[in-house]
Amino acid sequence: MAKNEIKYLTAIKQEKPKKKFCRFKKYGIKYVDYKDIDFLKKFVNEQGKLLPRRLSGNSLKYQRKVQEAVKKARQMALLPYVTDLLK
Amino acid sequence: MNHYELMVIFTPVLSDEDYKASQKKYADLVAELGGATVHSNPWGLKSLAYPIQKKTTGIYWVFEFTAPADANEKLKIQMLRDEKVMRHMITRLDKYAVEYNHVKRNGGFAMQDKEKQEA
Repeated sequence: MAKNEIKYLTAIKQEKPKKKFCRFKKYGIKYVDYKDIDFLKKFVNEQGKLLPRRLSGNSLKYQRKVQEAVKKARQMALLPYVTDLLK
Repeated sequence: MNHYELMVIFTPVLSDEDYKASQKKYADLVAELGGATVHSNPWGLKSLAYPIQKKTTGIYWVFEFTAPADANEKLKIQMLRDEKVMRHMITRLDKYAVEYNHVKRNGGFAMQDKEKQEA
């Protein structure tokens, strides 16, 4: 056993990652509006790329709606296709 | 009669009355094709996220209407022919979208937006 390993009485409680939830189910949002830019920005990273489900925590059904809305917003030049420091 | 939503980007050099005139023109065209206007929402001059046709700003116009299914084809032809229109998009609204737009117009989302903010 390494000499300098410190033993604790109780195990160190590592920070449990926050339980992710699908905000669409929780708040009962049924339609993702492609014109609502600051809401869509929550699902897009700095480069303007779509966040995967494991990061955004969405369920499959609503992730597809978000994806479709973001692509429409990009088509109508409301969201850039690629950028840096979008936020 | 399906619900549709048309979003149009006009060239920024458009004068104000041209802007109103083309809005009226397309609204009348929809009415003539057997549709009905639900709501017209001119956003005005906005900067684009990326340049379109070498221009970085555009005049936006969002127009919600109901129309028979075959009306959009004629509308599209008119849009493509009109050189004032830089880009347009017609989306079909399902019942959730129609209800969302209705509630949003009557200010029902003031509280929910706050909810989304902290979510």
